Parts: sequence; C-alpha cells; structure tokens
Amino acid sequence: MDLVKKGATELGELLAAGEASAVEVAEAHLDRIAAVDGQVKAFLHVDREATLAQARKVDERRAAGERLGPLAGVPIAHKDVFTTTDMPTTAGSKILEGWRPPYDATVTARLREAGLVILGKTNMDEFAMGSSTENSAYFTSRNPWDLERIPGGSSGGSSAAVAAYEAPLSTGTDTGGSIRQPAAVTGLVGMKPTYGGSSRYGVIAFASSLDTPGPFARSVLDAALLHEAFSGHDPMDSTSVSEAVPPVVEAARRADVNGLRVGVVKEFAGEGYQPGVTARFDETVELLESLGAKVVEVSCPHFTYALPAYYLIAPSECSSNLARFDAMRYGLRIGDDGSRSAEEVMALTRAEGFGPEVKRRIMLGTYALSSGYYDAYYGKAQQVRTLIKRDFEAAFEQVDVLVSPTTPTTAFPIGERADDPVAMYLADLCTIPANLTGNAAISVPCGLADGLPVGLQIMAPVLGDDRVYRVGAAVERALEDRWGGPLLAQAPELVEAK
Amino acid sequence: MTTPTLMDYDEALARFEPVLGIETHIELGTASKMFCGCPTGFGAEPNTQVCPVCLGLPGALPVTNHAAIEGIIKIGLALNCDIVEWCRFARKNYFYPDMPKNFQISQYDEPLCVNGYLDVEVEGETYRVEIERVHMEEDTGKSLHVGGTTGRIHGAEFSLVDYNRAGIPLVEIVTRPIVATGDKAPLVARAYATELRELVRSLDVSDVRMEQGSMRCDVNVSLMPRGATEWGTRTETKNVNSLRSVERSVRSEIERQAGVLSDGGRIVQETRHFHEDTGRTTSGRSKEEAQDYRYFPEPDLVPMAPSREWVEEVRASLPELPAARRRRIQKEWGLSDLELRDVVNAGAVDLIEATIARGSDAGAARKWWMNELSRRATEQGVELADLPITPEQVARVQAMITAGELNDKLARKVFEGVLAGEGTPDEVVAARGLKVVSDDGELASVIEQVIADNADVADKIRAGKVAAAGALVGAVMKATRGQADAGRARELILEKLGAS
Amino acid sequence: MSAITRDEVSHLARLSRLALGDDELDHLAAQLDQIISAVARVQEVAAEDIPPTSHALPLTNVYRADEVRPCLTPEQALAGAPATEGQRFRVPRILDEEA
Repeated sequence: MDLVKKGATELGELLAAGEASAVEVAEAHLDRIAAVDGQVKAFLHVDREATLAQARKVDERRAAGERLGPLAGVPIAHKDVFTTTDMPTTAGSKILEGWRPPYDATVTARLREAGLVILGKTNMDEFAMGSSTENSAYFTSRNPWDLERIPGGSSGGSSAAVAAYEAPLSTGTDTGGSIRQPAAVTGLVGMKPTYGGSSRYGVIAFASSLDTPGPFARSVLDAALLHEAFSGHDPMDSTSVSEAVPPVVEAARRADVNGLRVGVVKEFAGEGYQPGVTARFDETVELLESLGAKVVEVSCPHFTYALPAYYLIAPSECSSNLARFDAMRYGLRIGDDGSRSAEEVMALTRAEGFGPEVKRRIMLGTYALSSGYYDAYYGKAQQVRTLIKRDFEAAFEQVDVLVSPTTPTTAFPIGERADDPVAMYLADLCTIPANLTGNAAISVPCGLADGLPVGLQIMAPVLGDDRVYRVGAAVERALEDRWGGPLLAQAPELVEAK
Repeated sequence: MTTPTLMDYDEALARFEPVLGIETHIELGTASKMFCGCPTGFGAEPNTQVCPVCLGLPGALPVTNHAAIEGIIKIGLALNCDIVEWCRFARKNYFYPDMPKNFQISQYDEPLCVNGYLDVEVEGETYRVEIERVHMEEDTGKSLHVGGTTGRIHGAEFSLVDYNRAGIPLVEIVTRPIVATGDKAPLVARAYATELRELVRSLDVSDVRMEQGSMRCDVNVSLMPRGATEWGTRTETKNVNSLRSVERSVRSEIERQAGVLSDGGRIVQETRHFHEDTGRTTSGRSKEEAQDYRYFPEPDLVPMAPSREWVEEVRASLPELPAARRRRIQKEWGLSDLELRDVVNAGAVDLIEATIARGSDAGAARKWWMNELSRRATEQGVELADLPITPEQVARVQAMITAGELNDKLARKVFEGVLAGEGTPDEVVAARGLKVVSDDGELASVIEQVIADNADVADKIRAGKVAAAGALVGAVMKATRGQADAGRARELILEKLGAS
Repeated sequence: MSAITRDEVSHLARLSRLALGDDELDHLAAQLDQIISAVARVQEVAAEDIPPTSHALPLTNVYRADEVRPCLTPEQALAGAPATEGQRFRVPRILDEEA
C-alpha cells in the first residue's frame, strides 16, 4: 500500500477503519521526505521524532475511543508563517532564524485539535513576499514537475511538498495569490477563503487587510476538508467573520454546475498570457458550458488597476507590520558592541536580516505612507479598492462565479525574474482582485501547457466559499474523467534517494 | 550652549500674550489591557504582565477592550463632547525600544470624541477650555537607563525594558488653543489639570495619580507680542508630573520664551522636558527634524460605530459631575465661594459628604476635616484622605459631642488617639478615660474652690458683670483638665453667684 | 524625470531603520523609481468622490470583554530575547527621549 500517493480523504478513511495507524502514515511521509526533499527542498524544518510523537498521540486518542474528525492522523506540511510552539518559526527570514514562538497560531491549534500530524514547516518567500520562493532567506524550493522551475510563491514549499507526495495536505497564506498561484503552477488545488473566514492569529503578518490562510491539496474534496478543519470564527482575530463556515465539504461532494451562471472576466486575457494558458482556460470554459453552466463574458474594468493598488497597499501595511523586527525583544541582533545605540543596532540588524525584496517593499510602503505622498499613493490605492469592490458587486449581480486563468504563465525557470520585481509581480495579476475585496477564490488544475500545469481560478462573493468548491469539484471530475486520473499523475516521477 | 536670559514674569506678560494647549494622557483603570487580556496592576515584577499581543510578538493580533471604549465615552460625555458615529484606530509609526510593535495603535484624524469643553475657575473667574478631541490609544513599556548618571537617558550605557505597562489603555485629551488668559495662564493650566483630574476621578474610570503616571500632561506654550494677531511658535513640555508642575512649567516657559524673543531670537518648535528640581525646562528633540508618523487606518482592528442607544445609556449612567456637585454642596452646606474652594482644594469633599451621611451635621463635619484633621495631615505630609481615620469615626466623635459626652477639646484628644492607632473613638475614650464631667456634685466642689481662689472676679459677677464668668469657667476647665461640661459649669457658677 | 530622488531613498531608509550602503541605495533608487512609476497608475482612475476602502470586509464593533487572561511567564516572554538582565529586556543605549 503506497500511503504517500493517497489523498487526505482516503487516508482519513483508512485511519478511521483501523487499516493504517497515524504512526504508519506519518512514517511513510517522513520516509518520502527523506527520499525526495533533497531535490524538492520544500521543508525548512522537519523533526521526525516530534512528528511521530504527534502521530502516536492521535493513535492513542483513537484507541481511547475519542470521536475524531475526518482528517485525524493525516499528515500535513505547515507553512513557516504560522507560529508553532514545538517547531521554529521563521517566515523564511534570517531575522527570525531559530525563533521558537511561545504560542500556537489559531490555525496550528485547530490542526492539532483535528488530529492532523504536522510533518514540518515549509519554505516560503521571506515574509510571504514573492511568487517563487526565491526570496526565501534559506533556499529556493523546486517544482516537482521540473526541478529547474519555481513552485510558485510565496507558499512554494507547501505546494512543492504536496505535489511531490511529501504530504497529502499543506497550509498556505494568500495575500496576493500566494496559495492560488503556487497551486496553479504545481497542478494542485489551492484555496483562498473569504477574508476573515480563517484566522490570522499567529500568522506572521505581511499585509493585514489581505492575508488569508488557506489549504493546499491534491483534490477539491481534500482541500474542503482541510478548509473546514481550521476555519471559522476566532475571537483572537478582530477581523474574523462571525458567520458559520460555508458548507464547503458538501459543495465539494456535490460537484455540479448545472444552471450556474459563470462569468468570464474579459480583462484577464490577451497580451502577456501564455498561449497554452489561454487555450486550456478557453477549453475549460467550454467544458463548464457542456456541463450545464451558463457562461457569459463580464467586464470588470478596474481589475487591471488591482496590481498597482496592491503594490501600494501591501507594502504600506508591511512597512508597519515588519517594524517590530528590531533586534530588541526576539530574533537577530547585529552590531551590539556596547557602543552603538539602539537605533544603530536596529538599522544594522534590519539591513542584514531582511532580504532585498523585503527591503524594497518596506521602502516602497514607507514612501507611500509618508507625509506628502499618502494621498497620491496609499489614498488612491484605497479608492481603487472601492472601485474593484464595485466591479465585483456588479459582476455578481449577473453571475454566480467568475473565472479566469489563475496566473498568466506556467512555472517560470528559477532565476528568470529574480531581479526584475515588476515582471515578478505580474504572476499575481489575476489573483489580486479577490484579495483586495476579501472574496473567496480557488485554483484548480485545468491541464498542461508545454508540459506544465495550468490553473483555473474560480472567484465567488464574500462568504460564497462553497460555490467555488462546487464549481471546482465539477471541473475536476469532468477533467479527471477525460485524463483518466488526476493531472498530477502525469508529473514525472522523482528519483528517490536511498 | 548659552544659558538663555529669562525675562521677569510680569514684564513678559506686559509684552506678550501666552497661548496654551494641553494634551493629557490618562491610563484607564480597566482590569485588562487595551488589546489583550493581561492585567494592568501598577508595580508588578517586570515582564510578568505580558503576552504575545502586548509584547508585539510576530503573528499576534489586538482585540479591543469594550470597557476601555465605554470609559473613553464616559470621559468624552463628561467633557461635553460629541461621540462620533464611526471612527477607526490608526497606526502611529515610529521606532522606539519601549514600543513593542514600533507603532502605537492610536487614533489620528478620526477621534472617538470631539468638540467638548471644560469650565475651570481661577480667582473667581470662569475660563472655558475647549476640548478639540479625546481619543483612545495604548501605553508603551518602561525603560530603565543604566550607567552614566542619575538614570537619565543621556550618558546611559544601555537600557532595560519592562513591558508590563505596554498596552494599558490610554485616553488622550487635547484642548484647543487656550487664549486670553493673560497673567493667569499658569493658574488656568493648573486649574484645568485639577478639574480634569477631579472629573475623571468622579467617573471612576482611572485613579488619575500623576505621581504614578496614570495621568500625564504635555503643555504647549507659545507667545505672541501684545496686539499681534498671529500666534508664535510653540514648544511642547513633557514630563510634567504634578499639578504644581503644570503651573510652574507654564510660568517657566513664558519667562524663557519672552527672554529669547526679546533678545531677538526665535523659538524653535521642539519638545522640552520639565525638571522638578530646577523648575525649568530643557530642550529635547527638535520637531523640525521631521517626525513622519505615517499614520494609516489600523487594518487589524475594525471600525468602531458606537450605537446612539449605547451612548445614551452611558450618558444616563454618568455620576454627578464635580461642578454640579460643588454647586449642590455649596448650597446644602451654606458655604461661601472661598470656603467652597478651600474644601475642594483640601480634597475634603468626599470625606465631609461621607461624614454627613453618617449623621454629622454639615458644619461640624467640615470643621473637623478642614481644621483639626487637615492640620494633622499637613504635619504628617499626607493627603487628608490618607489619614488613618474614617468619616464614620469622625461622625461618631461628633455624635458624642452632641450627646454631651465629649467637648471639642476632648474630641481632639480622641482624634489624636485614633490617628495614633489606639483604636476606634469609643475605645480611645474608654482607654484614655476621656469623659465630660457634668455631674453637678463633682462640679460644685470644683466651682467652690475656683470662686474662693478668684474672689475679685466673683465680686464683679455678683455686681452684674456676667461676661466675667468666662474666666471662672476657664479656671474650672483647667482644674478638671478639660473634662468638665463647660456649659453646665457656667450655669452653676452664675447660680452660685446669684447672677442667673 | 524620475519619480523618486536618491536623497528621498536615503531618507526612506532612515525612516525605515535600514542601514543601507551606497551601492544598495543606488540599486534600490532605480528599482523604486521603476515600481513607483508603474503603481502611479492608480492615480488615473481614482476620482475625488470615491470613498477609500481600508478593510476587506465592512465589519464594525468587534470587542472583547474586560477579562484578565493568563500571561506568558517571564521566562517565556524573555526566551527569544537577544539579551536580558534582571528579568528585563536589555537593549543598547537609547539616544532620544521618547517621541
């Protein structure tokens, strides 16, 4: 029984039926990590013993007759942006190297409650700023489809881990596309829940008004199960919504689009879109129509302004959020020779401890908020946010969901955009609008272009998370029928190290 | 640096008109902090009242304390402010080691309370101090500067930071420019701070103890030449930690600025620090070297929209405010303006009122607290309220006087005993054997002796000079070491001498 | 004309507490100039009468009750500190009085 090739739903069933123990499942995945992570480089931190201890505890809970959820005993790779008391938490930054948080993030705590077994912490672009993991202070993670290409970012360690069968599930955070884009380029399902639908407490902040934790999985149903496990109101997060989690698992099981109105965002096509991406997207839209959806073209004229607005709002918030990394209370301290002032030590530590992209965004955000520029930049960006919200509202009067390619291109080669920030930022072109307005959005695999995965983005109104699962699952079912199995089965096998 | 020439205060006022502005920070006395559940007690061991939120740990998020918002609304309403229908918190960004996130959660252009006023009285005149805004924010930690001299920041080798205070709810009250106070400016500033302290104390939302930092004033002062229409450059004096210092710092800054201006210099817009020991201010950081706080709406907190129903509920729950109370007690106790002021300044209003509530009459209650007990508080260097005697005990002593069991002189001995820790008034009376002698038999023999010893006085009384009886009563009191009932003694003397 | 001057970049670095060398400042100045020129597009569409949006969702009035919750122990609070002394965080000398 090859446990690592099984999805979370199936593993959960095996565990519940007593056909496998959590320890066995964890061991299989730890072995897989040991065998392939040297190439994939998904993990920043793995602790075999700590993982097995968690697994044993789940087995004990089950043996004691405790009623456990559907994912109890299923392993998970956890993005290093979530605080964990039993593992270091660095957010991919040197400035936090070795930091052991004294508290668990709400998402971490809920994973533990649900009996998920945390395998380790996954690599990411430093402070979640990037689309490739090339901004990680530690190393670049690899795309299992082609090890010379990026696995997307910022949650690139999480996408790589699941695509390489190192874990059946992983967590991510999505600020401008940091779950959906890596899911798209690695052939996974990646979901950005409604903002506030999943707790930010214990998520090392990048941009507070945009950051949203969400799941990665190899199937829509698996993603929905994980979504359900860690979402829901959290009194520790003031921006957490109080409504019940939408019925995402039920929607993923329903998987039909009959009579649903699907809007194709007119603005997300044309120049800059890789022809293969456009072709797969168009075919998928036709597929939706053949499945009974009513497809219309919808114009969202301000969506093209989302990218510049985002690159003002996110850096502005991050310039403030990252001010706390100052060498006084935790983390790195550079240059404290007894004569330098606190101010100098702060500036030296921050210059040394932050990577180039983080510094760039801090500087940009500081600029956008500074007196004399606030109105022209941050203020205008906030107005654009209103315009995008209005576009969404108008669109959702006509349709139930909106669709677009998740990202304009397939995975690009490592190094290609490394020192061209503006080119790098284009990876988030289609994903950003949903972040600015808090809408739910998912990426599901919709085929290959030049041998690399392409993602379909499905967007729904705020708290309409179930809709994107429903449509995503319908697309998944129809395409897997066509392909004879999941897209990921077409990925090249990784050579296992002995 | 050259020592600036100070100008004599009267001359300064003859030439310049001062404009004041006062920013007051008040720590609310909530059980938990502004944005987390840590306790707020003063004087705890360092870093024992901290959590991920108030330590600014990565990933931690703030959640607003409802009681703090209710507290600031109370203050806003008591200051006659409008409570806005919608507002947001903002981040004030600057780096400082005692600020865990390197931004302070505050309010910028959307304060919760706006457009109020507070009337204050100085030498019989009422000044209306307009309140521009009252907003909510969080306090910072506290640094201990080590090395160098006197624990001051300059010359220190390093600092030690305690974050227990970080995140305690802080209300900032900002006045509009206070104009046309002339030479009363320092007194108006002090009266404002005093009145504000009384007001907040009456609301029971803060202990407003300046010496512990739960109320702190920053005082802005500028001068303009008499007859000018444009205001001068202002300075902001920080570290003003007592009511007396509020007055002194304004006076000192007026003298300093007048000196600089008359020497042809210009005032630099800057932060200055007040020194209790010298009574002078010294220059701090110059504001001209760009503090750019980069305020923006706090994304981790959602906007506040206090419902009108809630605001009205809070308004209805406000206690009697100090000004109204003063008007009432002045009438009820029959006080002159001057007497009222003395009672207020002595911090005796609550004590007297409580004593009256325990059965004493107003005049007696005021007499004991304002004379005997005030004197003893002054001797011991403590606040009246901190004397180890309760209004109930004062009322008991007065009850014994009314019943004829004590006279004033004995009562003073009872107070002495109570303050010395000898027990309750009844216990002191018993232990010290303090009882008025009103037994006629016992008195009669003393009186006989006194008349014999003062035959000349007795003759005058017999001749109809009744007023001379006082001397004999005095002698009786002396002979009984104060324990005689003076009224009864007088009656008996007059009877005996046939003058009644 | 460039959107941002080298001096402004240097000022931003000071405001951001980043001790950047001359090379890094030069490099950043060019990149920021490029980025700012690109993001300035927001000025094309945002007319005066459009209200700003600061939060993704229109929530209001989220409060917690005034209840004390357990704190960290001082050991936990100080565990990650670069330097401590007497149960306090030890930090290098502070130049300015508080702002």
